[in-house]
Amino acid sequence: MIRRLPHVDRVGIEERAAQLGKRSIKTTAKQQGIRLAVSMLDLTTLEGADTPGKVRHLCAKGVCPAPTMPEIPSVAAICVYPQLVATAKEALHGTGVNVASVATGFPAGQVSLEAKLRDTEDAVAAGADEIDMVISREAFLAGDDTRVQHEIVAVKERCGDAHLKVILETAELGSYDHVRHASMIAMEAGADFIKTSTGKASAGATPGVCLVMLEAIRDYGERTGRIVGFKAAGGVSTSKAALHRLVLVKETLGDEWLTPDRIRIGASSVLNDLLMQYAKTETGRYGRSEDFSKE
Amino acid sequence: MTASAETRTSIVWDYAPAPESADHIRLKDRYGLFVGGEFRDPADGRYEPTINPANEEPIAEVAWAGPGDIAAAVESAREAQPKWAGLRELERAKYLFRIARLIQERARELAVVESMDGGKPLRESRDVDIPLAAAHFFHYAGWADKLHYGVNAREVAPLGVVGQIVPWNFPLLMAAWKLAPALACGNTAILKPAETTPLTALLLAEICQEAELPPGVVTILPGNGETGAALVRSKQINKIAFTGSTAVGRDIQAALAGQDTKLTLELGGKSANIVFEDAALDQAVEGIVNGIFFNQGHVCCAGSRLLIQESVRDEVIAKLWQRMRRLRVGDPLDKNTDVGAINSAEQLERIEVLVAAGESEGATRRTIECELPDRGYWFAPTLFTDVSPAHRIAVEEIFGPVVSVLTFRTQAEAIEKANNSRYGLAAGIWTDKGAKAFEVASALKAGVVWQNTYNHFDPTAAFGGYKESGFGREGGPAGLRPYLQVIR
Repeated sequence: MIRRLPHVDRVGIEERAAQLGKRSIKTTAKQQGIRLAVSMLDLTTLEGADTPGKVRHLCAKGVCPAPTMPEIPSVAAICVYPQLVATAKEALHGTGVNVASVATGFPAGQVSLEAKLRDTEDAVAAGADEIDMVISREAFLAGDDTRVQHEIVAVKERCGDAHLKVILETAELGSYDHVRHASMIAMEAGADFIKTSTGKASAGATPGVCLVMLEAIRDYGERTGRIVGFKAAGGVSTSKAALHRLVLVKETLGDEWLTPDRIRIGASSVLNDLLMQYAKTETGRYGRSEDFSKE
Repeated sequence: MTASAETRTSIVWDYAPAPESADHIRLKDRYGLFVGGEFRDPADGRYEPTINPANEEPIAEVAWAGPGDIAAAVESAREAQPKWAGLRELERAKYLFRIARLIQERARELAVVESMDGGKPLRESRDVDIPLAAAHFFHYAGWADKLHYGVNAREVAPLGVVGQIVPWNFPLLMAAWKLAPALACGNTAILKPAETTPLTALLLAEICQEAELPPGVVTILPGNGETGAALVRSKQINKIAFTGSTAVGRDIQAALAGQDTKLTLELGGKSANIVFEDAALDQAVEGIVNGIFFNQGHVCCAGSRLLIQESVRDEVIAKLWQRMRRLRVGDPLDKNTDVGAINSAEQLERIEVLVAAGESEGATRRTIECELPDRGYWFAPTLFTDVSPAHRIAVEEIFGPVVSVLTFRTQAEAIEKANNSRYGLAAGIWTDKGAKAFEVASALKAGVVWQNTYNHFDPTAAFGGYKESGFGREGGPAGLRPYLQVIR
């Protein structure tokens, strides 16, 4: 398989992404945008110190982010390690909030294919609705696209009904050309979503990376008719950043994409900023971080 | 995607109107002529309203200079010139720095007034026009005490009094392009802003007062074409710098023939934007949009002739059309507006005539569907395909949001087609291959060639035309030469 890279101009893509960051989102647009962003959240905890207790708290927060503001919707999913999927599944039973699990040797993916598949099977068996896998950057950077693709196909098979999000870990890919190429490989291999990052690397869902992936999704969709979703994860820690990502979606893919079925934002700390900004649009005053529970 | 999806209510999201407040704008009801450091009434008492092209409402009344006013202005500028030229160069620089800083301080006000008077989106006046105007003053302030290095001479001298006529598409920015180098070189300047957009030049006059610029160094004479023609024909001026249409440029050159008045002209264009098959196509589409819809296409170097390699024609046109339909046309003061109002009824008519000619000559027209305000002058972004090089829309400058698409097969054909124009102001090249970009750039007869970008301006870079796009350069050290004489 000969690798043919697409052309993405770094300066051009970053200028366009920055320009869209200047859209003015005020008053009702801000309120609706924040509600939309909350509904798209994959509220995440991926720490060595995660316990069932912490996960149960996070689930409660995800189902009802702000009891004082009932118009704020539930988040889309709670994202945890495979070990804690069963706990989350139980806590979220009947709420409509999904359980997402990282798998395949997250975050580095430097384990055998057998271990990756086993990891996936465990998470699915424990009840995960969504699987977030990582691609083999090691294979991708060595030019072995076939192995990258083959691994995604194999993991997708083990997912069954669970939806597969493929994490490219764009900060490790080295160029926008590579980001676009990896996006295409993942979509060809059957990804339901493509996702920017693990949140463990030096950079995450930068505006430029998001725009390159959204354009890849658009072009792939036009060619094949298949809709692939997008998840921005890593570094989206403020309301402004979250709304900027939504603007990128709206002006690249269109309004019909602004739904949690197609777009997700993976984050842990952004939720409280969204709530604080929402409260500010209601009261006109900035709140304090203590106004909302951490989890 | 899951059962839970049904329980989620769908949330509709559109940008709410986000108009920039104009409450802080304190415009006077009337602006006089700026002569000898103060505003004064015109001799014949003539004031004309300047209107907002987005709603046809008058904004303020502005004096128009008559022949008597021009004579008085020239005298005041001539009187001030030796003293200005005699200042220590560093002192001249200080005034220019001061003007630059005052433009920055009043940036918000200037941006709002620029958008009200001219119809351009606030996003552009705020992010492009005003910051660049300040940058030009900063740049030439830095040259004031090193002029001879800029032109490779041992001794230089100013020309004297210069007359400068600027167009309505970038009112303040063009005034800055003209005034900054003229003043840095020790000339005094008489600036005539365009008939439809005099206001920011008059605010610049206030800034000159605030900067305590010596009286007579900058003179501002609003008026129409007749005012400009009279200024050109005033025998006491050492140099004319004109930016505007090729027809008027010709008239000016004829008027000055055989007399010792220096001249630079920056005229029209029909610039080629060339997209090769190996380009980053999505970014090329952005560049096409920026090249032709920036400032409603009222840009002399607009990329109005789009040349696409045949192998990617359909793909580029599909992407371009999709992108065009996302353009937000409307209130120039809304911060989310991409395309604002056409500058004047006259210009709108000119665009409509040429677009009608495009249709009747057989090109295929596509115009985006969007709601346009009831009042004001509007033209929705338009794309012409099936254009042949002989069509009027492929040859004549439309100066509106209208792009004509032509195709080519090879690099040689691209160069040939791009150069096949009376004009030669600018060009764009979109390719990922460095060697190709350099080869094509050096074969193009255009004053500015952008690679993988378009309509990028910088005070350090020379700007100007080939052929009927004019002569003389503005910007950077090259922009000093038209305002200096080399003694030795």
